[in-house]
Amino acid sequence: MATAEAHIDVHAHDDHHDDHHEQSFISKYIFSMDHKMIAKQYLITGIIWAIIGAALSAIFRLQLGFPEADLGWLRPILGKWISAEGALDPEFYLALVTMHGTIMVFFVLTAGLSGTFSNFLIPLQIGARDMASGFMNMLSYWFFFIASVIMLISLFIETGPASGGWVVYPPLSALPQAMSGSGLGMTMWLVAMVFFIASSLLGGINYVSTVINLRTKGMTFSRLPLTIWAFFLTAVIGILSFPVLFAAALLLVFDRSFGTSFYLSEIYIQGEALPNVGGSPILYQHLFWFLGHPEVYIVLLPALGITSEIIATNSRKPIFGYKAMIISMMGITFLSFIVWAHHMFVSGLNPFLGSIFMFLTLIIAVPSAVKVFNYLTTLWKGNIIFTPAMLFSIGLVSVFISGGITGIFLGNSAIDIQLHDTYFVVAHFHLVMGAASSFGLLAGVYHWFPKMFGRMMDTKLGYIHFWLTFIGIYSVFFPMHYIGIAGFPRRYYSFTNFDAFSGFTDLNMFISIAAIATFIGQFIFLFNFFYSIFRGRKAPANPWNSTTLEWTTPRVPGHGNWPGEIPKVYRWPYDYSKPGAEEDFIPQTVPFSQTMESNLPHENDEIALEKEMEAEEIVVVDANKH
Amino acid sequence: MFGFYIALAVFLVVAILLLIFRISRLVNVVKGTGEETTKSDNNFNAIMMVVFMVLFFGLAGWYSFANFDAYDPPVASEHGELTDKLFWRTMWITGIVFMITNILLFVFSYKYRYDKNRKALFYPHNNKLEYLWTGVPAIVLTWLVISGWMAWDGIMSEAPEDAEQIEIMGYQFQWSIRYGGMDNKVGDYDYRLIDAVNDHGMDMSDRANYDDFKNISLVIPKGKPVLLKIRARDVLHSVFIPHMRLKMDAVPGMPTQFWFVANKTTAEMRVEEGNPDFNYELACTEICGEGHFSMKKIVTVLEPEEYEEWKAEQKSWLSKNPDFMAQVPEDMKELALVTAGINE
Ligand code: HEM
Ligand SMILES: [Cu+2]
Ligand SMILES: [Cu+2]
Repeated sequence: MATAEAHIDVHAHDDHHDDHHEQSFISKYIFSMDHKMIAKQYLITGIIWAIIGAALSAIFRLQLGFPEADLGWLRPILGKWISAEGALDPEFYLALVTMHGTIMVFFVLTAGLSGTFSNFLIPLQIGARDMASGFMNMLSYWFFFIASVIMLISLFIETGPASGGWVVYPPLSALPQAMSGSGLGMTMWLVAMVFFIASSLLGGINYVSTVINLRTKGMTFSRLPLTIWAFFLTAVIGILSFPVLFAAALLLVFDRSFGTSFYLSEIYIQGEALPNVGGSPILYQHLFWFLGHPEVYIVLLPALGITSEIIATNSRKPIFGYKAMIISMMGITFLSFIVWAHHMFVSGLNPFLGSIFMFLTLIIAVPSAVKVFNYLTTLWKGNIIFTPAMLFSIGLVSVFISGGITGIFLGNSAIDIQLHDTYFVVAHFHLVMGAASSFGLLAGVYHWFPKMFGRMMDTKLGYIHFWLTFIGIYSVFFPMHYIGIAGFPRRYYSFTNFDAFSGFTDLNMFISIAAIATFIGQFIFLFNFFYSIFRGRKAPANPWNSTTLEWTTPRVPGHGNWPGEIPKVYRWPYDYSKPGAEEDFIPQTVPFSQTMESNLPHENDEIALEKEMEAEEIVVVDANKH
Repeated sequence: MFGFYIALAVFLVVAILLLIFRISRLVNVVKGTGEETTKSDNNFNAIMMVVFMVLFFGLAGWYSFANFDAYDPPVASEHGELTDKLFWRTMWITGIVFMITNILLFVFSYKYRYDKNRKALFYPHNNKLEYLWTGVPAIVLTWLVISGWMAWDGIMSEAPEDAEQIEIMGYQFQWSIRYGGMDNKVGDYDYRLIDAVNDHGMDMSDRANYDDFKNISLVIPKGKPVLLKIRARDVLHSVFIPHMRLKMDAVPGMPTQFWFVANKTTAEMRVEEGNPDFNYELACTEICGEGHFSMKKIVTVLEPEEYEEWKAEQKSWLSKNPDFMAQVPEDMKELALVTAGINE
């Protein structure tokens, strides 16, 4: 009965979404306001950036692994940055590291990940026709696009791109005399980041308001899939922290161009004493890391959300500790704002502050641990189907553990004295952030590809891709722990100047080979991705037998997502393998009144509420008729 | 020519791979199988999980023990012994957690691989478990924090009065080292006074400067507190002496410091390492530009007596650069001549 009446519903209001008025190429593919198209734009742009970012790292890994090699063959791309003897320019080495970091953290794992999946999944999983503001959403992508273009051009300018590390600490980044990358390249970096921040904010505000306002009937916060919780909290973090990066960048612009002294004091460089006094480079570090630390969670949380969804689906089990997962994500969100100075233990920070931040930092390890235990328990006694997405999710949990563990060393300020700015830190954050988030991104693509493009990706290629990547990632980053414990500093062009750092040439070579092999392995994915868009097998509407709303849309959801009315939600998203139920999943749209055989006692009470809800609706519809 | 062959080989390999891919897809279409996860695929991946785990732990374990001496640099300072102890304690505790959680992950993946005759257990939550694994990590971490905090507090405390004062200043791309001299006090400076000779910008109106001397390497005594007064004059740098477990940023406009007690002389370390050429080194660990990777200083640790002897031999900077007597205020010239040891 319920369904019959529901058909009248508010259908009338949404009619215009259903008829497919012809859209021009430009409004459909370029200046699109459809969240699904914008998601794809983000995804493709993110993929292009990922290739560029990885290629940069392949070049500097060549230098580190094979310092003696003749890189003359790279001259067609790198031009004057390769010396007459075929060696990489030391300053350009720093430019490569800097751009690699910036691209990967911001353009791939922030824009590529949140931009793709928040856009794609929020409306589909909460049951909305589109984002709260399609126009802002479009702007968000195009600001990102402008940022991308500027950042890309900066790679090719005469003086080289920004080269002060992805954190661009002043005074190095403020003084063009200090390195050539701090000239025009740095200006472009700052301008690009301003556009990027605007893009993130436009996106984030949209995600938050969409989740708050546009949930379909019955989709309470306690019935939201964990993906949505993750995207929601990520957007909140972004909205609160990106403006601080903007402030940091703005003050840096002032120092660079208008003679202010926010970050500069008592500097004598190139035979000249600068007039600036009273500024503090430490101020910049505080402002930067006030964004920088939350940023690492901006990168990570969406990946964790995606993983939660995929692990539950493919274990055919409810996610263990749904509430605990939400609470730990909220804990992480809150704590991520009060641990930033752990990046500054030996920056000259007041040691007392160091103690406080050590304490706060180690607290944040607790919710992280809780999440891991919950994932493990979800797998326990599951019925696990290894789709490529599931493999990447399991891989994510593994690298998250391995990288999270080293955070406990680094968060201890006494231990961090030795480890700070060594390869140990590089190992830590590449596993816990780089690898984990990339795995989340890849898992998400494999899992939602059928909904994005209506076709399936090739599974066998997915397996090959996963195992290559998983083994590759560990081969690259695990050995860095040893090099880091041995004290090797990061951002070093060469280690031959020091006896203390003269060992491990073999291990560095191994890492470089593994890194380049892993990079090449990604082309399997790229092939699979682009091939399947056009030639993949047609996907069923719900290929993974999943419970969430996006799988109730047609094979390729059109503008407005659902051809008829938006489905209503009656239950949480994790009713997998419910005892008594016939199938091993019950979609969120199935009312309890239809699943008497599997309802838990308290769920039977909900039936009355369902009835009330429907009764109300009829009243509304009647009222509208008059 | 060589490049051409490589390109050709790559091209051929890619072409063959594509061909295999096409054929296997056609076979799939004919057989009616395809993208769904088949039983054999599923088992293959499940087994790979265990294979991976064994290989991973095997290799990591082997490397960790076989190469321990290569990656564990000997420690040569008092506080360094303490932080090393904390490091290895943390390693044991977290290492065990790392093993257990990773093993559970891979073993569960294997053990609970799909079986169409089985149904997954509907097990949505258990608050007792959640409390347990919130509480236990919290307690263990508290213990780690407290021991770390006590160590940190000691390391960062005020330097003892009698600590040897040595200034180390970073600039692109070198370190410059200045000793407090007889009065064990490094004198005032002003960055506007810096020039090619007076690279520290020593201010000649401060009497503490007259006896200061410079040295091209860092020479320190064993068993006696040394206070490094750290600064930078252009961009950020960071003082790092790996064997001393010592690191502190050098910040323009904001002097920093680090005090420590070295407990092995260079000579002792040469014997211990069986390497007659061994030297302690000081490196820069804050990106500072093109020459960042080359900012090296040799650090020499001497027995206290040797150190005093060495120190007594050093000539003050002023005596080596008597021109700067001109900058000394009139009423202090006499004093400066005596303190700097300038003989007329
Ligand atoms: C278990 C909880 C964690 C703790 C206690 C922790 C602690 C730390 C500490 C103290 C540092 C500074 C190390 C140094 O520079 O000396 C650090 C660096 C870093 N961490 Fe974590 N971390 C944790 C988890 C994470 C997570 C989940 C991510 C990302 C998703 C992450 C990303 C990073 C990054 C990117 C850096 C390096 C930034 C840079 O210097 O370039 N960490 N971590
Ligand atoms: Cu952090
Ligand atoms: Cu440096």
